[in-house]
Amino acid sequence: MSGADTRVLVVDDEEIVRESLGGWLEKDGYPVSSAPDGPSAVERLKTERWNIILLDLKMPGMDGLQVLEEARRLQPDAAVIMMTAYATVDTAVKAMKLGATDYLVKPFDPEELTLLMQDVAAQQRLARDNVALRTELEQQHRFRDMVSKSPAMQRVFDLARLAAPSNSTILILGESGTGKEVMARAIHAESGRAAGPFVAVSCAALTETLLESELFGHEKGAFTGAVARRKGQFEAAHGGTLFLDEVGDVTPKLQLDLLRVLEDRRFHRVGGSELIEVDVRVIAATNRDLRAAVDGGSFREDLFYRLDVIALTLPPLRERKEDIPLLVEHFLERLGEPLKRRLEVSHEAMAALLAHDWPGNVRELRNALERGAVVAHGDVLGPADLGLAAAPGEAPSGPSTLDEVEKRHIAAVLAHSAGNVSQAARLLAIDRVTLYNKMKRYGLSRRGEDAGPSGT
Amino acid sequence: MEEIRVWWIGERHPVGRALDHVRLHLERAFGAQVAVWEGMGRPEDAYDARRKQWSSTRILSWLVRSAPDGKVLGVTDVDLFIPILTFVFGEAQVGGRAAVVSTARLAEPGLPDERIVLERLAKESVHEVGHVFGLLHCETPGCVMGRSSSVRDVDRKRGHLCAACRGRIPSQGREAT
Repeated sequence: MSGADTRVLVVDDEEIVRESLGGWLEKDGYPVSSAPDGPSAVERLKTERWNIILLDLKMPGMDGLQVLEEARRLQPDAAVIMMTAYATVDTAVKAMKLGATDYLVKPFDPEELTLLMQDVAAQQRLARDNVALRTELEQQHRFRDMVSKSPAMQRVFDLARLAAPSNSTILILGESGTGKEVMARAIHAESGRAAGPFVAVSCAALTETLLESELFGHEKGAFTGAVARRKGQFEAAHGGTLFLDEVGDVTPKLQLDLLRVLEDRRFHRVGGSELIEVDVRVIAATNRDLRAAVDGGSFREDLFYRLDVIALTLPPLRERKEDIPLLVEHFLERLGEPLKRRLEVSHEAMAALLAHDWPGNVRELRNALERGAVVAHGDVLGPADLGLAAAPGEAPSGPSTLDEVEKRHIAAVLAHSAGNVSQAARLLAIDRVTLYNKMKRYGLSRRGEDAGPSGT
Repeated sequence: MEEIRVWWIGERHPVGRALDHVRLHLERAFGAQVAVWEGMGRPEDAYDARRKQWSSTRILSWLVRSAPDGKVLGVTDVDLFIPILTFVFGEAQVGGRAAVVSTARLAEPGLPDERIVLERLAKESVHEVGHVFGLLHCETPGCVMGRSSSVRDVDRKRGHLCAACRGRIPSQGREAT
């Protein structure tokens, strides 16, 4: 491997050393510069990047150890090799403690110098490659806070990266819990509007009148209770992004209002006559099939096309189960950080996580892990901690009855309590007699296993 | 065609065929005219009494001063050093005029086989003159421009330049074979 990618700085007060060492290294293809004393070396460290610094220990004025400390501070990734004419173990040890990579006693054996330079250059190259690879991997599997390695999601990330810097309206489709708002925030963060506000409005949570006032604001006295003028979220989002969640739930009247704003970015406050102009990028989202709603007549076709400029469809988690381990790692890192814990899931728990169908998608997974982090006794979360004690395949595919849910939950808590019925009763906040009755009714053993219909 | 002079500047008499052997290798490697030149002077000021070795850098300066125009390879039997290293097999001015090579470290004690020493001398001569032609160390396995920090390195190399190094030599230097 040629040394051309490894920049070397030789620091020595003796010109003859700088010249002979520099010449030798140049013949090996290393780009070499030199500095005659500590202060000029520090100057070079401030202005240029170096891979290997060959540093004389004894120099008048600022000595090698002081330069070493500066080098560690200014360029911690650079390898520093100390050169000394005096083979004193003390100073060598001190230099190593301060972070020197190695030391050489002058004059060097040519083979020793060659091998050391090759080793250090290879380590430097490896470190650089690792950083590059890690960055590449992170970029590949990540779009801001979203992680995924599934091809379908990668295509969504690619499109989102392309669309983010534009001002185009974006429509995010996907089941609930797939991360539509997380995606909207990521697009905002990647856009030129990142410094502006990100305002989220859930269109399903409010009645038509309230939503209208929430979006566009109102003038004083516009309706009963409008005691003062209030700015709407379109105004609040000026210079930034407005995220309209559950846009499929908007009533026909508001659909028309939205269409007008999207067309000319101007609107009136409720009860007002002043025309308000805003610079807002709209990202809309829905878990409904908008196309079907258009066909069925409940959603305006013209609004649909206004929103559907760039559509991003987030696949449900059950269609990208390969992401579950990655997401688990991602969420556990985040959950463990404030608790200063390194959380992980057991093999059984991972198997249960992979077998689960995740109707609530990524949000459900995150909630399960959050719950696990709270109830687990150690740092390894088991299936019961995640509320997934039911054996894979046992979970009914359709909706469950209340009894079924209760049975599964009691079984999970019993399994978690490892046969300690009193503890299970405490966790369930019922008395022991009630728990025994329920165990009998559902045919559950003390450990939460199915004991047969008659019970024990 | 530019001439390369091979000049014996050692203390003892050179081994009989040594200089001719070097000349043949240089001719083949560089396609240049090579002459064994019998200058009388010796680089006395290059001796370092404290290290009891000879400064290869000072020898290069002396060669440039003492030899007529053209490239010159000094061949010697004294132990060479540069200040930062315990010894060197030789040294050269990259893209300059002068190179020096020594047999002192090529003949290990207990290995009196003259042919092996001659082979090593020829390789290191081509190597140092390669530097004079502007070549740097080469990573191609076996290329004579591979770095040589030990006799093991020297023995691993073949005696000639790899195709890439031959291609880097300015027009007058083309291997004949």
